[in-house]
Amino acid sequence: MATIVGGVASSHVPAIGAAIARGLQQTPQWKPFFDAYGPAQDWLEAAKPDVAVVFYNDHGLNFFLDAMPTFAVGAASEYRNADEGWGLPVTAPFAGDPDLSWRLIEDLVEEEFDITSCQKMLVDHAFTVPMKLLWPDGPPVRVVPIHINTVQHPLPSPERCFRLGQAVGRALERYGDEDRRVVVIGTGGLSHQLDGSRAGFINRPFDKLCLEQIVDEPLSLTHYSVRELVALAGGQGVELLMWLAMRGAVGNRACRVHSHYQVPISNTAAGLLVIEPDCHGEAFALAQGGRGLFDRL
Amino acid sequence: MTELDDLDTPIFDGRAAQLGYPLNAMCFSLNNASNRSLFMHNPEAYFAEYGLSEAQRQAVRERDVLRMIALGGNAYYLLKLANLLGMDVQDIGAQQTGLSRADFQAKLQAQGA
Repeated sequence: MATIVGGVASSHVPAIGAAIARGLQQTPQWKPFFDAYGPAQDWLEAAKPDVAVVFYNDHGLNFFLDAMPTFAVGAASEYRNADEGWGLPVTAPFAGDPDLSWRLIEDLVEEEFDITSCQKMLVDHAFTVPMKLLWPDGPPVRVVPIHINTVQHPLPSPERCFRLGQAVGRALERYGDEDRRVVVIGTGGLSHQLDGSRAGFINRPFDKLCLEQIVDEPLSLTHYSVRELVALAGGQGVELLMWLAMRGAVGNRACRVHSHYQVPISNTAAGLLVIEPDCHGEAFALAQGGRGLFDRL
Repeated sequence: MTELDDLDTPIFDGRAAQLGYPLNAMCFSLNNASNRSLFMHNPEAYFAEYGLSEAQRQAVRERDVLRMIALGGNAYYLLKLANLLGMDVQDIGAQQTGLSRADFQAKLQAQGA
């Protein structure tokens, strides 16, 4: 069976990838941001996932306007990154988990999520940057990328994305072919806006509210319409959709292991969140055991 | 393009996607390094190849980001073009808000306080 060890949400700003490529992690400008990922890395090392299901939004690497799926699930044995046109170095390929992918696809369609399945799928910075932040030496996990359209409106609603996550969570629980320890990742956000004369918009109070409520009261965030979310979080802050999908997959109860919030990273309010499906899991044990996981928070 | 009420926020919807298709297709092609060279070598020929409207060509010639968006450009695709033209997200933000780059960055910093 598959066990969901927890969920992680992280911003994926390209400037982070550029800072990693230039080795700037310990410079005064970047150190607080990169240091915040230490507890998340420690938690992953303790939780020992062997698969990451990653909700992310393609920004024009794999998908274009000729055919834009609302939800697309990777079903490849390998996922490659490629040139996005702005100079980020191309990362090593990521190993897939096609058996698990197809089981997710079958169960999602059974639950009336009419997803697009992709046996070839390039993954962009929205996938590669969080992977690099969480596993600087390369991910020791196989991956299942799930793309959510945030390019072309109409976008799926917050509630629909949360329910997609719930369906993924149920499919993982039903998966019985082999043992899997799964971490669910949602990338993007938090508030930011790149376009229009409101460019540079950041909404710190709303971000703080999201970071709080997504753990204990995620349903308080799913009632927003996409337009309300755009108004509150900015045109591209709508990427909260991926966080909500992650949260849906983790299950009804969750507890916070770690979070971080920093403004700005490039034009964006950067957020990081690590949660576990219940409050007595590994992070709790680690904290009780005095490993110091919480000392750095 | 539809504006979101009074929030100066473009919504890239079906109308924008249809109007902006040639412009966005051109930007999408710039993922490819040899296409970037072709564009830089002869932008006018590149505009023609992708069938940009005269208004879209003029907006690109003038590096006018708000105009490109009004003509159906999508922020994510336009970033690829902007990068090739030596503009990053702060430059674009500054231009769209009528601020200097330094003032735009100061505005971002202030929101973190």
